[in-house]
Amino acid sequence: MATESRVVAGAARPTGRRGAELLRVEGLKTYFFTEEGVVQAVDGVDFILRRGETLGIVGESGSGKSVTSLSIMRLVSPPGRIVEGKIIFDGINLLDLDPEEMRKIRGDRIAMIFQQPTTALNPVFRVGDQIIETLEIHQGLKGEEAQKRCIELLSMVGLPDPQRRMRQYPHELSGGQCQRVMIAMALACNPELLIADEPTTALDVTIQAQILDLMRELREKIETAIMLITHDMGVIAEMADSVVVMYAGQVVEYADVQSLFTDPKHPYTRGLLNSMPVLGDEREELEVIPGTVPSLINPPKGCRFASRCSKRFEKCDQPPPMIELGANRRVRCWLYED
Amino acid sequence: MTTPVVQPADDTLLEVRNLKKYFPIKGGFLRRTIAEVRAVDDVSFTVKRGETLGLVGESGCGKTTTGRTVLRLERATAGEVIFEGQDVMRASGRTMKALRRDMQIIFQDPYASLDPRITIGESVAEGLVIHGIGTPAERRERVREVLAKVGLSASHMTRFPHEFSGGQRQRIGIARALIMEPKLIVCDEPVSALDVSIQSQVLNLLRSLQREFGLTYLFIAHNLAVVEHISDRVGVMYLGKVVELTTSAELFREPLHPYTKALISAIPHPNPMAKRERIVLQGDVPSPINPPSGCRFHPRCWIAKSICKEQEPAFEEKRKGHWVACHFAGQF
Repeated sequence: MATESRVVAGAARPTGRRGAELLRVEGLKTYFFTEEGVVQAVDGVDFILRRGETLGIVGESGSGKSVTSLSIMRLVSPPGRIVEGKIIFDGINLLDLDPEEMRKIRGDRIAMIFQQPTTALNPVFRVGDQIIETLEIHQGLKGEEAQKRCIELLSMVGLPDPQRRMRQYPHELSGGQCQRVMIAMALACNPELLIADEPTTALDVTIQAQILDLMRELREKIETAIMLITHDMGVIAEMADSVVVMYAGQVVEYADVQSLFTDPKHPYTRGLLNSMPVLGDEREELEVIPGTVPSLINPPKGCRFASRCSKRFEKCDQPPPMIELGANRRVRCWLYED
Repeated sequence: MTTPVVQPADDTLLEVRNLKKYFPIKGGFLRRTIAEVRAVDDVSFTVKRGETLGLVGESGCGKTTTGRTVLRLERATAGEVIFEGQDVMRASGRTMKALRRDMQIIFQDPYASLDPRITIGESVAEGLVIHGIGTPAERRERVREVLAKVGLSASHMTRFPHEFSGGQRQRIGIARALIMEPKLIVCDEPVSALDVSIQSQVLNLLRSLQREFGLTYLFIAHNLAVVEHISDRVGVMYLGKVVELTTSAELFREPLHPYTKALISAIPHPNPMAKRERIVLQGDVPSPINPPSGCRFHPRCWIAKSICKEQEPAFEEKRKGHWVACHFAGQF
């Protein structure tokens, strides 16, 4: 059904050329120093995100996709630590900034929405006041001006009756409504980059469809680049322009969304796509990836997927490099070595 | 073994008739019942021997409560559950204990459903101990056999739940059910907590066990793709009611209820080139405390007319084996 057209609040920030590089992650390593040992949660991750682009980051539990996003926001807390790498955002290495400078970027130029909208909001403050706080801190708006902008934002994300809703507390809203409030808050300052970490995983499928629709609509209007983290290949197919596939702390494949689905290269990506039940297919048996993800305390010396891979050969005992297959196509697998 | 009181005439294993489960909401000074949550409200279906009946729906639709009430883990408010000709709701304690051997359950959360302080061997044997089956040596042998069937080894018997991954724990959960040689297993979201690559391992395991032991499943899940894959027939639930019930192939090919159609169209398809009709339902699922009048789906339905607000549609067989509760079934 058609969603009613909504007014986009505020003018977009001068964002520069669509397609220009916005974020470059280089050799990122984030480790957790636990009593059991050093967990190499993110171990040498590289990717580029361009302005106006939606980059999907897909992987299963423990692949390091969420830790990657927390590293970009510099929200990794002990025993975790970023041990190596660069995170270049619009020419600035975020890892060189002091906490005060980082705080100015966070919530203003880079915003984030989380999986559990009901726990990401503070339960003891009205949702309107939580949005207004962001507007006061980052945009210096006061009083009526801030109120007006808050109502604009809430109607932009399709929350019915925003004047009344902004005076309510998070527990009075449903999960889908809370996620709309989170999106309104994230977009309050017209961020150049929106990091969405499993934004619809906690929602029912009909509500997920509403939120994905909203994100698509806003993306067109505000031209925010989106880094979308999810485990759901269906959500990736619907939303992403290009895709990073992560496994056990590493990027194993990078491709534009069409190539990834029509011609997946890495055996893990293939296995993942073939192991999903899809509506309307009549397979009796699903393809299976045997075994489980290796421990990241002592990860295998060679390819981290080798123990579960049907294509394994001698070379896989050595760590595979990222192999370029084209301008926008990379895969970490010895099968593609010339 | 239990002797059925009435031998069922056909191949029906389980019959659920007009099942209702209301949860009271207590309030006020005297803790009186001030309202009811109508979690399951007049649900009927049958499950044939050897088939998998899927129940699918969003949070709060009553699918889990239906499964639990069928097993008498919850007392039904009204209605009947007939298992092999025996009335489960009115069975005596002794009959019920015997019935429980034949009706097992697998839970969603493989972390919370195993006792962390007992070994896997003890955990899997628990049902045999409760029912006084076999000597300790015989029980150990049975545990070894069942663990092998679910893809674990005898060396796992002395280990504790925390030493296992989510997928392995779900295999242990399946072993616990399987060791009783049940006829029916209620699978309550058995793969929702698992990663995709592990999910397919467990789904394939459930299928092969069904073939080997002639098991019957009542498979409850929110993921329509998973339910369609594993089930022979599927019932779609919305706000405590089954709104549509048919074979899984027909449900996907030709849904007749607008809610089913919307549910199918809302599932993101893992193919960026797939062109399909998108129906995005507005609003949230209403509260089961005060469900909407008439058809419960009417406030979110795009083909609703005035009759839908006033009159509850009957659950009727619109085509052979295709049941639906809608005044305008298929008219979209």
